[in-house]
Amino acid sequence: MANLEVELVAADRTVWSGDATQVSAPAADGDVGILAGHAPLLAVLRPGTVRVRGLDGSVLEARVDAGFLSVDSNQVTVVVDSAEVLGGATR
Amino acid sequence: MAGQQRVYRQRIRSTQSLKKIFRAMELIAASRIGKARERVSAAGPYSRAITRAVSAVATHAGVDHPLTTERPDATRAAVLVIGADRGMAGAYTASVLREAERLVGRLAEDGKRSELYVVGRRAVSYFTFRGRDMVRTWTGESDAPSADLVGEIARTLLDAFLTPEEDGGVGELHIVYTQFVNMVTQTPQILRMLPLEVVEAEVSETHEALPLYDYEPSPELVLDALLPRYVQSRIRSCLLQAAASELAARQRAMHTATDNAEDLIRTYTRLANQARQGEITQEITEIVSGADALAAS
Repeated sequence: MANLEVELVAADRTVWSGDATQVSAPAADGDVGILAGHAPLLAVLRPGTVRVRGLDGSVLEARVDAGFLSVDSNQVTVVVDSAEVLGGATR
Repeated sequence: MAGQQRVYRQRIRSTQSLKKIFRAMELIAASRIGKARERVSAAGPYSRAITRAVSAVATHAGVDHPLTTERPDATRAAVLVIGADRGMAGAYTASVLREAERLVGRLAEDGKRSELYVVGRRAVSYFTFRGRDMVRTWTGESDAPSADLVGEIARTLLDAFLTPEEDGGVGELHIVYTQFVNMVTQTPQILRMLPLEVVEAEVSETHEALPLYDYEPSPELVLDALLPRYVQSRIRSCLLQAAASELAARQRAMHTATDNAEDLIRTYTRLANQARQGEITQEITEIVSGADALAAS
């Protein structure tokens, strides 16, 4: 089973990048959850919490500002104005 | 004669203290430039991601957005000039201002009036001295622009662009900044930022084909959220490159200044020694001729 390649990018730096099994993010009209094999998606995000479940099951939580999310052949890019890692998986 | 010597000694001392200042400025610039370059490259992933997304939407959903609509009948254009807060950077601000003046002249030929938005104290004082009106100025952060400053500049310019022409809005946005090529080369650039040319985004796109995206909630809304961010990220990249360029230019200018100070010190030392030698010779001549005169009498 393929994994997701996740990149969490803030305006001034890459906050986190790595492999994950699941990503959930606060899209403009409801949270979206993304698993491997998700159809290409471009979603607007509202401020909230992005959760990334790592390969070992640990969960990274990051509080994010508005931004957007793109999914494309198992590559997930979360692009936000600013992000703050609350805890969880470290890399 | 003794006065001559003292004058040279004084010059040597003052040049020495100047040299210390130049040296310190050079070291400060050198230590900051690493950080500035890091910031330029740290902003890379964000702007790449956003460029990719914008071109994806543009190719598949078509773009019809106020930010991309050409306005050929516009009579006003905003010009964002990014200069330095302090001098001591060689021709850095001067060359940006020269480009800016050329742009303003070109716009005037097209019948467009330029509205100046200026970053950096040196650039502001240049326009103030010439009695030119500036719409908005930002000073104090030219060598390390903060996220707040970038946000404020981007908001101001987008507001100006989105305001209808009749209410004092502008029809174009140009940025004059210094592109950071490498440590020795920085070139002043003019960039037409708004209206956005989406072709530009497609050209910079990678070779792989873009997937057909689903849009959440809708292509229009996604575009609405993306484009201002795209503009902001471009403005940020201009500011960051200008900051890195400023520091590189300052480091180089201060290095040259230090070298010149050393040359001056060497020349003055030589002259002072000559003056001292001349004085001694004269004294000896005086003593000898005095002794001769005594012996003769």
